[in-house]
Amino acid sequence: MMKFSKKSKVTSEVPTSSLPDIVFLLLIFFMVTTVFKEFTGLQVKLPTAKEITKLPGKRDVANIWADRRGLICIDDKIVEVPEIQGVMWDLRTRAINPIRVTSMRIDKQVKMKTVSDIQQQLRKADCLAINYSAKVGS
Amino acid sequence: MLVDKKKTKSAEVPTSSLADIAFLILIFFLISSTMNVDKGVTLTLPGIEQETKIKSKNISNILISAEGNVMFDEQLVDIPVIRELVREKLYENENQIFSLKPVAETEYEIYIRVLDQIKQGGAKKISLAEPDF
Repeated sequence: MMKFSKKSKVTSEVPTSSLPDIVFLLLIFFMVTTVFKEFTGLQVKLPTAKEITKLPGKRDVANIWADRRGLICIDDKIVEVPEIQGVMWDLRTRAINPIRVTSMRIDKQVKMKTVSDIQQQLRKADCLAINYSAKVGS
Repeated sequence: MLVDKKKTKSAEVPTSSLADIAFLILIFFLISSTMNVDKGVTLTLPGIEQETKIKSKNISNILISAEGNVMFDEQLVDIPVIRELVREKLYENENQIFSLKPVAETEYEIYIRVLDQIKQGGAKKISLAEPDF
């Protein structure tokens, strides 16, 4: 009789010693490819100032851009001056992340009439804390 | 003579401390990296029904013309001097209010420079007057 008992023993384990390497590679891949959500806004040249404070974060801040051509933009939406009040009111009273501070990113060459118009609208919308965005410098 | 005595050197790089080095580098970059934070000059606007009359002796009027000339209490001054003038005024009267009044054609850059000077002087009470149109 022939012997049938000669079995080849194969280990059925997956090698796990290189698992951390794979995990790290994936981690690095996603770290590199992640892009944070950021508003592009309008192209402005900010003024410089010395007495500067930091904004509390990004989540509860509304951004208003005003460029030298006279365009006004709130969080990536072009608006006219009379619409600012309504838009800002909605942002301030929304359920998730209501805004606390308004960041004004206004071009150096904008005339004060535009700035004042925006501020009047903000006052009507009860958005009183503002921050004139500026670069650090003399 | 014994010729065949060979030294067998292990050709492996020691990898046991690689994780430590990686962690050190990770912690270094965690600490040294800064997030992109927005900065600027902070100001609180008055509410829509908060316009109040103040005694005129407690107010310093700062007017800015369309050309960027600045008048501090009826006196033409250079912008970098404002800081000292504000400090002097606050020394005399700590409740002094500084009323900043640009005209419609004033450039925003000048306005921010003047506002920055007032803030550098230590003023807490800044009032924004409406530009005349």
